[in-house]
Amino acid sequence: MRALKTAILSAALALGLASPALASEAVHIPTQNWSHSGAFGTIDKAAAQRGFQVYKEVCAACHSMRLVPFRTLAGIGFTEDELKALAATYEVQDGPNDAGEMFMRPGIPADRFPSPFPNDNAARAANNGALPPDLSLIAKARMGGEDYLYAFLTGFEEPPADVNLMPGMNYNKYFPGHQVGMPNILQDEGVQYADGTKATVQQQAKDVATFLTFVAEPSLDQRKQMGVKVILFLLVFAGLMYATKRQMWAKLH
Amino acid sequence: MAQAHASNFKNPVVKWIDSRLPIFTMMHHEYNEYPMPKNVNYLWAFGAIAGIMLVIMIATGLVLAMQYAANTTIAFDSVERIMRDVNYGWLLRYVHANGASFFFIAVYIHMFRGLYYGSYKAPRELLWIIGVVIFLLMMATAFMGYVLPWGQMSFWGATVITNLFSAFPLIGDPIVTWLWGGFSVDNPTLNRFFALHFLLPFVIFAVVILHTAALHVSGSNNPLGIDAKGPQDTVPFNPYVTIKDLFATVVFMIVFAVFVFFMPNYLGHPDNYIPANPLVTPAHIVPEWYFLPFYAILRAIPDKLGGVLAMFGAIAVLVILPWLDTSKVRSCKFRPIYRQFFWVLALDALVLGYAGSQPAEGTWLLIAQIGTAYYFFHFLILLPILGKLERPLPMPASISEPVLKGGGRIAAGAHAKPMEKA
Repeated sequence: MRALKTAILSAALALGLASPALASEAVHIPTQNWSHSGAFGTIDKAAAQRGFQVYKEVCAACHSMRLVPFRTLAGIGFTEDELKALAATYEVQDGPNDAGEMFMRPGIPADRFPSPFPNDNAARAANNGALPPDLSLIAKARMGGEDYLYAFLTGFEEPPADVNLMPGMNYNKYFPGHQVGMPNILQDEGVQYADGTKATVQQQAKDVATFLTFVAEPSLDQRKQMGVKVILFLLVFAGLMYATKRQMWAKLH
Repeated sequence: MAQAHASNFKNPVVKWIDSRLPIFTMMHHEYNEYPMPKNVNYLWAFGAIAGIMLVIMIATGLVLAMQYAANTTIAFDSVERIMRDVNYGWLLRYVHANGASFFFIAVYIHMFRGLYYGSYKAPRELLWIIGVVIFLLMMATAFMGYVLPWGQMSFWGATVITNLFSAFPLIGDPIVTWLWGGFSVDNPTLNRFFALHFLLPFVIFAVVILHTAALHVSGSNNPLGIDAKGPQDTVPFNPYVTIKDLFATVVFMIVFAVFVFFMPNYLGHPDNYIPANPLVTPAHIVPEWYFLPFYAILRAIPDKLGGVLAMFGAIAVLVILPWLDTSKVRSCKFRPIYRQFFWVLALDALVLGYAGSQPAEGTWLLIAQIGTAYYFFHFLILLPILGKLERPLPMPASISEPVLKGGGRIAAGAHAKPMEKA
């Protein structure tokens, strides 16, 4: 009886914990060490800033990040002046002005990152029919999250002999179906990091995955810090409640 | 001459109101004096926990509704605006999204507690049926709530579930068009789902009041399943059960907080962070976890109409459960054979849930079919027959007898087991 119950409860636990993970495709995505994983983990701001550089110099040529305003980057250590200067390097459309015409002006921190293409069709036309997905939420919109992003960015390789690539497609170990429109874009020393970090492909992939995790969830650090406080409070509160309950019920017996 | 209610309250303002509208007397009677069997275990806290979850859902939902825009062109972005720009919007949304799951966790434990201790038996049949109505309303509310962020799973989940009604001959297609407000899931669908998602929680709240009113007529069941014989068997609800329920609630909130703050997207699906696209179908369309057992039953039947009927039938058997179970003994403690089958049913529900998360093919389809067969066998065949055949164990004469004397096997079990059944 007891054994059966234990078996059921442990099965419940195992099923409950395993089901979302198992729902993904059969390809195993290796997990990486992230400074932001775990209950006390926080975003590695230096890595996220390097990741932003990779985004700006590499990814942004094709990928939009339409939900993210420049000011979000304050969360990875950009000062107000740096944000203003950064935003001003972008041209954003505004208007209509008094003459009824749209015009371009330098960006301000409240503007969102301008998209590389005016619409999805233009993006497809320029990319051999493939639509580069928006990156604002990509770290939350893929099974495996930032581990998948890292695996994908480092997972390009020559196709196995039995795979017949369609024209314009590239082979990626971790992409569902393996054929992807995006080319292997990260190259060793493809960017020059300002802080002197050696820009290997793995380093860039890790940095940009950290950055994309941050933009998908700018409140990540705040959330975890609040969570620690909330749970500590609840533990103390539960202890007090239990003591009170015990004392109250002791009178009954 | 008209008579005022004879109020016992000392505070003159309270007394003045209470003599004219005895709401304070009513509350005092129902929530202070209300006698609870003194042997109830922590499983009895999940009714209160479910009620608190409902209040949390309404409170967070109200504030979210102030920021959300129910229009297909901006719904997704408005949710992201809540996440990024609204003060503590991420907290509100994560509490609300995970709150739905934890509301269902509380209600499922509450329901299985009712099944184990026979809380649905006379005179509590209507109380149980009202509970099933709440469960149905919760399912409708949760389903429509999941559509609102207008991600890929929102859109395709809505498409799959509303399409179920097209299985009915003749009236099916007109019903689907009527539900959609058009010829596909689109802006009118989102608009009406938002309106209904806002309305239904208040309907649930009203039905919960009925549920509690019906409960307070017969009084709460207890682990022994026998009626309280007098004051020696009960304790006043306040403070004894309030403090116990509150302690259980705080423990439940700790688990809830772990999900909200450290794994807020674990119970969701990544595809719902992709804006809805009617032209791209996700690889697997899966509902939220709390629907998975019913989803497995739906897909276990090869025929579409048959599957839909089986799925609704799975809930319908709960409505007639008080008459399917022919045993006069309430608690599984005294039903040695049924007790085993209760755990088989619990395992069956978990297996069905897991099968529901897998593609409906091969082994998992077969397992879902076996699980579905057992589910209906359990309620429709086993319960009526077992009630006639099973010989129940000897029952204690009263609640206070085993509790006070610490007497024998039964009471020892009552102390050792409570939490592990959760």
